[in-house]
Amino acid sequence: MRRSLTATILVYVAVAVFVVSILAPVAWLFIMSISDANDLTTIPLRWIPEQPDFSRYARLFSLEEGSAGLAFLSALRNSVVVALSATAIALAAGIPAAYSFSRFPGRMPLLYAVIVTYMMPPVALILPLYKVFSTLGLLNNVTSLIIVYCTILLPFVTWLMKSGFDSVPVEIEQAASIDGANLFQILTRITLPVAAASTGAAALFALLLAWDEFFYALLYTSDTRAKTLPVAIADFAAGRATDYGLISAVGLLAALPPVLIGFFLQKSLLSGLSAGSVKG
Amino acid sequence: MAPAQQDRTAWLLLTPMIAIMVLVTAFPLLNTLWLAFTDASLTGQGYMWQWIGLENFAYILDDSDFRAAVGHTAYFTVLSVSAEVVLGVLVALLLNQEFKGRTLVRALLILPWALPTIVNAVMWRLIYNPEYGSLNALLTQIGLLDAYRSWLGDPATAMNMVILADIWKNYPLIALIALAGLQTVPKDLYEAAIMDGANAWTRFWRITLPGIIGSLSVAMVLRAIEAFKVFDIFYVMTRGGPADATKTVSFFVYQESFTYLRAGSGAAYALTVTAMSALMISIYVFMLVRREKRS
Repeated sequence: MRRSLTATILVYVAVAVFVVSILAPVAWLFIMSISDANDLTTIPLRWIPEQPDFSRYARLFSLEEGSAGLAFLSALRNSVVVALSATAIALAAGIPAAYSFSRFPGRMPLLYAVIVTYMMPPVALILPLYKVFSTLGLLNNVTSLIIVYCTILLPFVTWLMKSGFDSVPVEIEQAASIDGANLFQILTRITLPVAAASTGAAALFALLLAWDEFFYALLYTSDTRAKTLPVAIADFAAGRATDYGLISAVGLLAALPPVLIGFFLQKSLLSGLSAGSVKG
Repeated sequence: MAPAQQDRTAWLLLTPMIAIMVLVTAFPLLNTLWLAFTDASLTGQGYMWQWIGLENFAYILDDSDFRAAVGHTAYFTVLSVSAEVVLGVLVALLLNQEFKGRTLVRALLILPWALPTIVNAVMWRLIYNPEYGSLNALLTQIGLLDAYRSWLGDPATAMNMVILADIWKNYPLIALIALAGLQTVPKDLYEAAIMDGANAWTRFWRITLPGIIGSLSVAMVLRAIEAFKVFDIFYVMTRGGPADATKTVSFFVYQESFTYLRAGSGAAYALTVTAMSALMISIYVFMLVRREKRS
């Protein structure tokens, strides 16, 4: 289809508006993080700092007692530990379950039940879980977060991996089965390697979900021993002596891993999403 | 494998998943159900409780604060999801046009989607800041605004400003889905329609929209389920204020349970919220079942 010159100009103008609307808020977050407090509080606002100031980033990587750096770095550690452990558990239990749903059909109601739990609002579970963790002495402990995150990650991984396995032809498994391989060998040596792309995607989506979770983390953690990044960021933003630049720097650093993973996931995001099965 | 052995293998593979889900989901859910019929409080070890039957639910029925929270949540869900769908489709149509740098521009959709919800909330709170925020600065410097405003401090604007922040983060996901849907619409349909003299407007309603409506409606229901649970963005941006104008149902249950420590009525409110979500979730499951039957 050929386009008139006017239409072409309109398309470019609209694309420019789109690009600016996406980039401007994030760019502003970055500018705030390197602006002097005086630049940010002058009226009229100085949009470009007179002297870029990267000292907040340096402060966030210092481990002094009671410093912003300590709060940030321990939250980073907790987030990494929780996200990786919860994802590992979700994969370990979700992959066999997904394989079962895919290769031995006839348990669809159970699969739907799993999906329903994924979508159920967390408020339905917060009180009993809180009570159990407090009885077990697991409040303010990353272990409790790893356990609760299974309520979100495990159904999600099961659901995503089921469609991943569905697209692996059964024939290649049958060949191995004739050669005498048992189910475990077939799953680990044949099916999983063939479904490596969807396994990787499921793992990365699960990591993003855990990294983003806030509600449970807010309820079940109370200090640097267990607080994750989202809770730490909310703390920074709620503090009385607010340094906007520091909050911006923390936010940007916390956003870096998921955004990188996001760009990495672009392809599977497009295909997996069209199947309508991914984080909403 | 023999059918009986197949069945055993299938259940064996499911066991770890079922065991975990029973422990962390089914058991707590049943416990919430029981709590809702008691006057348990969250203080101290164990629950101090008495069975009070349907009293909590009777109270909920004429609790105008809760009704207001349901109203805020419904307003948030309907407005943000419908805006996200409209904007998502429009942007998908735009990014489906031919222009230089298209791949790179499309990749930008990932940025808001991948940005953590809390970071998004903090970012917009700083932008809306009443004294130093860039929104006030921008609008006054280009002459659209006379004096700085407290966007989140005014009950009349707070909710809509939060919705705006939510739309910015979530419409790119819808755009990605619509864009993927657009690739599956056969090109020759358009050529045939042009031959028949159909204009762009007709082509959109007769060819494009029917082509993407399937994946779009699934995404819309998923977003609505998600939006109804909203908590994070309000916690950071408004804490339910000003004057409870942005208090949503999740926030309501959170306060009832963990601020006022009323586990019994907190559980009853939580179940009411869950029942409302269940309505939307059943629409989604219905869609899945129908798709499964078709294939």
